[in-house]
Amino acid sequence: MIKCGTSFGKVFILFAVIYTLNACATAPVKQESIIPAKRPVSEIIREDVVHPVDAYDPWEGFNRRIYKFNAKIDKYIFLPVVNVYETITPDFMECGISNFFLNLGEITNLTNSILQLKSESTLKTAERIVINTTVGIGGLFDPSTSMGIYRQDEDFGQTLGHYGLKAGPYLVLPVFGPSSLRDAAGLTVDFALYNAMFSAIVNEFNMDSSDEDLLNAGVTILLSIDIRHRTKFRYYETGSPFEYEWVRKLYLQKREMDVLR
Amino acid sequence: MRNFILFLLILVSAIYFQAKSEAYDYPLLNEYAATIIGTPEEYKAMLPDNIRIRNMKLTVFRDREIPEVFWYEDKLRYSLVYQKVKAPLIWIIAGTGAGYNASKMQILQKAFFQAGFHVISLTSPTHPNFIVSASSTMVPGHIVNDSKDLYHVMELIWEKVKDSIDVSEFFLTGYSLGAAQAAFVSKIDEDKRSFNFRKVYMINPPVNLYNSVYILDHMLKDTIEDINSFWTKMTSKFAEEYVEADFIEFNNEFFYNIYKKKNPPEEKMEALIGLSFRISSMNMFFATDVMTNAGYIIPKNLVLTSYSSLTDYFKVCGRTTFTDYFNDIFYPYYHSAQPDLTKKSLISTSMSLKSIEDYLKNAKKIRVAHNKDDIILKTGEIDFFRRVFGDRAKIYPRGGHCGNMAYKDNIAYMIDFFKPEGVR
Repeated sequence: MIKCGTSFGKVFILFAVIYTLNACATAPVKQESIIPAKRPVSEIIREDVVHPVDAYDPWEGFNRRIYKFNAKIDKYIFLPVVNVYETITPDFMECGISNFFLNLGEITNLTNSILQLKSESTLKTAERIVINTTVGIGGLFDPSTSMGIYRQDEDFGQTLGHYGLKAGPYLVLPVFGPSSLRDAAGLTVDFALYNAMFSAIVNEFNMDSSDEDLLNAGVTILLSIDIRHRTKFRYYETGSPFEYEWVRKLYLQKREMDVLR
Repeated sequence: MRNFILFLLILVSAIYFQAKSEAYDYPLLNEYAATIIGTPEEYKAMLPDNIRIRNMKLTVFRDREIPEVFWYEDKLRYSLVYQKVKAPLIWIIAGTGAGYNASKMQILQKAFFQAGFHVISLTSPTHPNFIVSASSTMVPGHIVNDSKDLYHVMELIWEKVKDSIDVSEFFLTGYSLGAAQAAFVSKIDEDKRSFNFRKVYMINPPVNLYNSVYILDHMLKDTIEDINSFWTKMTSKFAEEYVEADFIEFNNEFFYNIYKKKNPPEEKMEALIGLSFRISSMNMFFATDVMTNAGYIIPKNLVLTSYSSLTDYFKVCGRTTFTDYFNDIFYPYYHSAQPDLTKKSLISTSMSLKSIEDYLKNAKKIRVAHNKDDIILKTGEIDFFRRVFGDRAKIYPRGGHCGNMAYKDNIAYMIDFFKPEGVR
């Protein structure tokens, strides 16, 4: 995953404010006397058995709040914006924009392939960067994939996992969604590297600082829209009241497999 | 000369019958594989990628209190696929546990859009969104009541959309449980006449819902260790593929390739179908229990918030069968209103197509498409369709349960049935 944005901090504060307002709006509920269930958890579920749905989630209460908060942000901000974006932008342009950002994000794959001493992934990623930046006109096209050189997704969370660091507690990040303590730390590192690379590129153009800020802001917004456009997931469309559990399970399991890969 | 003509006739008819018997080349011979994999890419009907679709929401009961744990299910979601010209409107009803935008629903939406129809897609009454926002009983599985709810919803939706689309006539279809409901909805319409459906098409309906869920229930061998170890083994197989492959897209091709490569034994595939059925039933058990405060899995009167952990209830729901639901929630609910009701009569009057057999026999507008090897039918149940529908039953030699819905012959036959005479 590629993350970017100098205005990220400001946006985060805004979200935090919305979240607090939202939390205050929930009124306490009156309860009648509680009668034990006919199929109680204590009788059906054996404590000594590990269930596939079990996960190390000590901050579940906090995580569930952020999950709901993210769903609302998605509904009221991201999806309306993405819908407009998809309506006004021709498909080939959407595709070009996605390719462009994915190509910039190869820096994450490259550094982490190297850090894990994966020669094949490193080579493939290097080839992809060269081919897509040149033949693919600055990354707007992805000829590498059609040539059978597939993207090698590697990030710092995977690198940490590769060297034996466990995922740690499950963590739902505001806006970004499912993660773990390890992966969130990894995200910060990847993010810093990406930003450094991006400002190095921008520096080449010798712009004055107000133009540069404007460019940064524009790119951040476009990247956020592009990421949401590429993510097929829609909150509460799975039809399952246990969506939080499913997302947690599938995220942790996929990350485990990513580390092994 | 006469001999030559005779020879030609024999030759032509031989080729004709040869062609006819070989005509159906849906590729998956095993009914479990067909049910899981569906139709591999190269055998699918050509359907458009993009269609004109509007996702919409409807408040069905203005005075319904939505529990906080279901805060996101306050309105019934559905979609309208529309034409810019006057065209027939077809209503499509999803199968057990499926939403209006499930992958099988998308096949139907695209096929009917391509054929030039407006399409309204309805979520199954067994889906939590329907249970919470649109079910009058909130105890789904009673086909008569669920179909009344569907009809009510259809009338409300029609009020909302009728000014924005130009409709020439109404059609109706559904797959799996949605097909059985389509028959009951059609029957309700004979009295209420809100739509006057001209044609109705049922795809792979159960004859008796209870029999079908009983079969599906028992595909998953039911001890904790078994479900857990099955899940673990399955995901590790899956992980193996994922770790080894250079590039993976998770779609039917992925499963088709695993199937061709690994040739999994039938009982493994059975367990997978059982697991997938259990996963969608879990949602229903939970939603019904919350909405009716039945105190079955969730302690009675316990108010869950949108932040409560549901992990323990997930586990209990995962260990609950549809048969448990029938005995412990469904039957008691109807029994309390009607003390002389037996389980047997509840099943035969509210869960079976046999209860409307006479109607189905005479309703020439209804046609059924089914598969000889459909796994949700008890041995011999397929004959019900032959007997009741006669030549209005199209029985395919294979396809499992709904596996061949996207297959090109199936789509062509279905569209042919609905297309007005002389238009192609």
